[in-house]
Amino acid sequence: MRRLALLALPLVLPLVAACHGPMSTLGTASAPADRVARLGWFMIWLSVAIFALVCVLLVLAVRHHRARDPLAVDLAPRSKGWVVWGGAVMPGAVLGAIFVVALVGLGRFPAPPDDRDLVVHVTGHRWWWEIRYEGGAGGADGAGGAGGGPVVTANELHVPVGRTVRLLLTTDDVIHSFWVPRLQGKMDLNPGHVNDLRLSAERPGRYMGRCAEYCGLQHAHMAFAVVAEPPAAFQRWLAAERGGAREPADSLARAGRTLVTAGVCASCHTIRGTPARGTIGPDLTHLMSRQTLAAGTIPNTPGYLEAWVTDAQAFKPGALMPSLPHFDGAELRAITRYLEGLR
Amino acid sequence: MRAHPAPVGCFALLGALATIALGACEPGAAEAGPLVPGGDVERGRAAFVALGCGACHAVDGVREARGRVGPPLSDFGLRTMIAGEVPNTPANLVRWLRDPQAIEPTTAMPNLGVDEQTARDVAAYLYTRR
Repeated sequence: MRRLALLALPLVLPLVAACHGPMSTLGTASAPADRVARLGWFMIWLSVAIFALVCVLLVLAVRHHRARDPLAVDLAPRSKGWVVWGGAVMPGAVLGAIFVVALVGLGRFPAPPDDRDLVVHVTGHRWWWEIRYEGGAGGADGAGGAGGGPVVTANELHVPVGRTVRLLLTTDDVIHSFWVPRLQGKMDLNPGHVNDLRLSAERPGRYMGRCAEYCGLQHAHMAFAVVAEPPAAFQRWLAAERGGAREPADSLARAGRTLVTAGVCASCHTIRGTPARGTIGPDLTHLMSRQTLAAGTIPNTPGYLEAWVTDAQAFKPGALMPSLPHFDGAELRAITRYLEGLR
Repeated sequence: MRAHPAPVGCFALLGALATIALGACEPGAAEAGPLVPGGDVERGRAAFVALGCGACHAVDGVREARGRVGPPLSDFGLRTMIAGEVPNTPANLVRWLRDPQAIEPTTAMPNLGVDEQTARDVAAYLYTRR
């Protein structure tokens, strides 16, 4: 009965492939991720084969010795062959095979940089992702230099479908790791060093990513998304992001702008086109184009936004964003009204 | 000729016990809060989560509601006042949910553009919390 269950194991494994979620290395959407997945499957099936072999040998050994004293230890020198072949030669061959397959499949150096690549600087912070599109990163034609302004956002990396994006990864503080399982393997963000990672998505979609290197208290709340869009939609997004902040729509929002850009918020946040030029926290120029707040911690809706402003530490204890309980109700309403307009 | 008060008393007692037992069988009927016309508790609960009310308000047993910016709402059905300003009646609660500043101009509670039906649903849900 037990042997039957063991034999069923390889039949069950393919079912696992069907249940992948937003962070699954098996639900691939790019060529590099395909290579990671293939290597994974190769190792799983190899392990299944070895496990089956060991089981068969175990059954044979038990049968062979059933007649004798089960507690007897056989020290006869003729057993040496099994030890040499099973304990050294076979593991050596298996590990060697995995090494070669991994080297061929994954150990590729990225192609030399191409001028046409879209270059994006990704900087890790405790605990969020700064995303900066290089000037002139407009399109394949190199447009954008004329369009001028920088494009800086946070926690949502927009990319055009089918185009290689060159990510230059570094960190402002401790080591982080950039990981979007459905698109690419992990790459560390190291202090004082820039790592080069190529990313491309074959299909439009929202691909979830996380910091994959423990980086302190809120490591678990350091998520991000890669938003892959058709090229035209990507260009529209980029053009919108390049513009300055929208003007407040009403008197309440104008009061909010004064509170934000002349008050404590401005010491950490930049809102392009206003006096707010802080560089400690995320750029808020187009805050409402993002779906989450605090690197995937909470939804970016007006209710959550206001709660985040006044009590950030309740959602993300230890984050550099302080709770700001000194604002009264009317001031909070004004601040939120202004921020809601930053589309 | 003699009256038989004992059986009558017994029946009365039994009747009283039965009433109490029935009351215990339907706690919802006995303990329900004020009725909100047209309000649906289940829809209200879903809207409460979707609107992000839990960002500021804690409700026991609701995973998405752990905020501590505003008052906890676990026993909202037992409150006598809304925002310390108006009596806690269904009409006032619906008004409060739709436009908090109309009742208390300086409140931090945001106007989330809630429509009349959703406000009724959320109110119906809140009155189940007691």
